[in-house]
Amino acid sequence: MTDIKFLIPEIFLSISIFSLLIIGVFLKNSFEIIYKSSMFVIFSLLLIIFTSNNDIVKFFNASFSNDNFSLYSKILISVSTLFILLITKKYIIDIKTNKFEYPVLILLSVLGMFIMVSSNDLIVFYLGLELQSLSLYVLASIDRDNLRSTEAGIKYFVLSALSSGLLLYGCSLIYGFTGSTNFEQIAIASTDFNLGIIFGMVFILVGLAFKISAVPFHMWTPDVYQGAPTSVTSFFSVVPKIAGIAIFIKFMYLPFREILGEWQYILVFMSIASMILGAVAAIGQTNIKRLMAYSSIGHIGYAIAGVSVGTENGFQSTLVYISIYVVMNIGAFACILLMKRGGKYVEELNELSGLSKNHPLVSLGLMIILFSLAGIPPLAGFFAKFYIFMAVIENEMYTLAIIGLVTTVVSAFYYIRIIKIMYFDEPKKPFEKFTDYRIHGPIALSCILLVSFFLYPSILNEIVSSISIF
Amino acid sequence: MIEIGLGHYLALGAVIFSLGTLGIFLNRKNVIVILMSVELILLAVNINLVSFSIFLQDITGQIFTMLILTVAAAEAAIGLAIIVTYYRNKGSIRVEEIDSMKG
Repeated sequence: MTDIKFLIPEIFLSISIFSLLIIGVFLKNSFEIIYKSSMFVIFSLLLIIFTSNNDIVKFFNASFSNDNFSLYSKILISVSTLFILLITKKYIIDIKTNKFEYPVLILLSVLGMFIMVSSNDLIVFYLGLELQSLSLYVLASIDRDNLRSTEAGIKYFVLSALSSGLLLYGCSLIYGFTGSTNFEQIAIASTDFNLGIIFGMVFILVGLAFKISAVPFHMWTPDVYQGAPTSVTSFFSVVPKIAGIAIFIKFMYLPFREILGEWQYILVFMSIASMILGAVAAIGQTNIKRLMAYSSIGHIGYAIAGVSVGTENGFQSTLVYISIYVVMNIGAFACILLMKRGGKYVEELNELSGLSKNHPLVSLGLMIILFSLAGIPPLAGFFAKFYIFMAVIENEMYTLAIIGLVTTVVSAFYYIRIIKIMYFDEPKKPFEKFTDYRIHGPIALSCILLVSFFLYPSILNEIVSSISIF
Repeated sequence: MIEIGLGHYLALGAVIFSLGTLGIFLNRKNVIVILMSVELILLAVNINLVSFSIFLQDITGQIFTMLILTVAAAEAAIGLAIIVTYYRNKGSIRVEEIDSMKG
């Protein structure tokens, strides 16, 4: 029973979710209070995680693990959820999806991610993953009178359910051929060559690639990003990505560490394909949410490149990458949430034209964020890519590094095209003016972080370099 | 008489699994059929897990199966709910008509 103290964040979160549901059912028009208390819950969760001890322990029959890696992922997940809740509130009220279920569903998916990143067993991992996915299906179709939102829900549901099925089939094969569902036992049992384990590994890899939208399993991403309400899209593009990459790293470095030679080439292929598709397919897009979808596919490609190296350095560079990616994406989506004209939110790229005349500060912020997404020094996005390429080159995977560099240049084209539209195109009518510290604050914060990162890059590096996977 | 062993059960699981996967990709008519195909995939996994569990003399596989059954029920409920909201907006659930977003 002494082990239960390592599970306090999850227990606190689930009790809060139940209480919020009960309050939501019995109180009329409870969106406001539930939303505020959800943010409070996430904030207290952060405090709990910060004060919890980071001993490396496996508990509950070694089906959970408590270590630096899971704590870091949890902190990243809760901080980004807090900011997403902050920037999307006005949008949710404006498009009238302000039902109390909305924040509760977000909390439920966060609970699923928490369980997932601290899992050390296939069963626990699967349950966490499903809790996350089931809440995300509902979130995608939360605007239920909107055809596009429900269509996004259907597409996400069908493809995600299929990927869960593939993943489970892999789990069953792994269980059958290693005789255990525990990550550590799987690693021990897979030292000898066994075709069943390889098959299981491939199936699990396919399922995970679906969840983080790596090519060739990315088909759902653009449609879901475009169809879902922007508030949900901003959540989708940040938080499940952190959890997905975290569990991806854990699978590669814990249960499958003995069969590195088998998965390395699959990952290199997925990484190259994602980088190329993310760079090329985004060029012709006119919808900014769709463009962000392709951009996130490309970024996932770089993150996987770090994992594919197979060394401690590799996954640490991926953690740095995903942390900086989160900062950039929250800023970018905060800017997208400002695009409102005549009482309606607009999503086309050319609506941004003349932003520099009408809203000079916002366009300056968006410019910094886009330059950082493109990876232009001295912004943080450059360092993120730099660490990845360092790790890749150290292991002499030159092809991957060269293709990565080329795609960076190609993808800079469409980011800079947005900047051109903002600064040099014929001005349109200004967006609706509102000063809301909940949107402008995060934009300013993300810009400050991105610009000042090069002064002290060692802060993040030192935190990340103390993380290892056991 | 042939002895029915692990291999036969795994083959059965693989056949049902492929049927489910093919059902998702070949089906052009109805979303409900896709939902049934997803259930087929999960059932194939269950067959695999239970037969492995018997073969390995280990109870974990059967516990996993019970949990998968529960999750599958929740997934079907949510899937049907999403299909109903879609039908209200569109008036049809034909798969080839789910294409309002392209590019």
